[in-house]
Amino acid sequence: MADQGEVKLLKTWSSLFGLRVVWALKLKGIPYESVDEDLTNKSDLLLQYNPVHTKVPVLIHNGKPICESLVILEYIDETWSQNPPSLLPQDPIQRASARFWAKFMDEKALPSMWQAFTKKGREQEEGLASIAEKLKLLEAELEGKKFFGGEEIGIPDFALGWLVNLVPVFEEILGLKIVDEERHPSLSEWSRRISDIRVIEESWPPRDKLVTKWAAIRDHFLATARASSG
Amino acid sequence: MAEQVKVLGSWGSPFSKRVELALKLKCVNYECIEQDLANKSQLLLDYNPVHKKIPVLIHNGKPIVESLVILEYIDETWRHNSIFPHDPYEKAMARFWAKFIDEKCNEGVWKIMWCKEEERGKLVEEVLQHFGTLEGQLKDKKFFGGEEIGMVDIAANFIGYWLGLVQEAIGMELVTRDKFPVLCRWMDEFVGHSVVKPILPPRDELLAIFKARFNATAWEY
Repeated sequence: MADQGEVKLLKTWSSLFGLRVVWALKLKGIPYESVDEDLTNKSDLLLQYNPVHTKVPVLIHNGKPICESLVILEYIDETWSQNPPSLLPQDPIQRASARFWAKFMDEKALPSMWQAFTKKGREQEEGLASIAEKLKLLEAELEGKKFFGGEEIGIPDFALGWLVNLVPVFEEILGLKIVDEERHPSLSEWSRRISDIRVIEESWPPRDKLVTKWAAIRDHFLATARASSG
Repeated sequence: MAEQVKVLGSWGSPFSKRVELALKLKCVNYECIEQDLANKSQLLLDYNPVHKKIPVLIHNGKPIVESLVILEYIDETWRHNSIFPHDPYEKAMARFWAKFIDEKCNEGVWKIMWCKEEERGKLVEEVLQHFGTLEGQLKDKKFFGGEEIGMVDIAANFIGYWLGLVQEAIGMELVTRDKFPVLCRWMDEFVGHSVVKPILPPRDELLAIFKARFNATAWEY
């Protein structure tokens, strides 16, 4: 195994983006030091290493920072290419497909989910319709495959990880189903497969703490909307 | 079997031109199939069913979509004349800045083009900050990629050429020589580059389209 140097990860206890990097590091067996940030009181370390966005996660490898979770995942895959599993397929067409779906999850699916979760009334309905449409596309893409890349877990699976541990939390808070066995048999099977991976399952933040946190976030957004509408 | 490379694109689209620029830098022959975005072809709908957008690269019958994903594919498939750095850290930096350009700079300008007047001040302040951050990356380099054009320069093509026309169309100066001398110097190098210059869309035609679009919809609230 190549000398990995010093690896540090700045994240928070619950960040879904940080979790992706945890999974990559753990699955590839890369030792690292984990630093949980308080985003209401950002550390000098975070401000120094991510001056552009001041966000987590930040991977610091031998003192050099890499920001943006999908960029970090590709960096990990290229730097520790000797450590299985590969996070992207070898074939360029399949790599392009994996990158496409990871982008889709972040740029289309997640914002739809966010709208459904942080709004109410008509805007929430639109968000729910939008996430339903995105899930339909993801379901079709996944059909017949173990993971989005095929036989092996990879970057698009990491990018959708929030579907497995966070969506049940959202469903509990909203009192409605977003993912179900009937409409999403492949996604449901995939979720169980993801949860069966020990390092992933071990990394889930405590569910009751997530419910408390996300319920407060929803309340905050609804209150802000009420205040701005007068 | 001869290699077949096609680009479903649009003459005025910066995203389309990113793909063409990468192919030209690698001396890859391709056929450009102009798309009418108001009347999308079956070809486009078949090859990009999820987003129904250009550009689409079709390589030996297989489609690749999303311009930044296409740039990665091009670099991995035609390995000469690299547009990405070789070092994984430098490559990560290139990806970071390409994302920043799309999500902060380009998106910021887009929002200003279509915003309500009362929102404009704040949006302008934000985007100027982003341009400042981007300019900081250039320092004394000729291009973001160093001595030669790289992936970040290609990703910044909207800023390099289209931005000036947008500014003229909306009657607003965002990036000026006195405020952003380094970025403007880069813009001159970019549009003057021997591979970039021939594929830039005609200025007058593009400006006419921007002016028409902006005037038609900007104030309809």
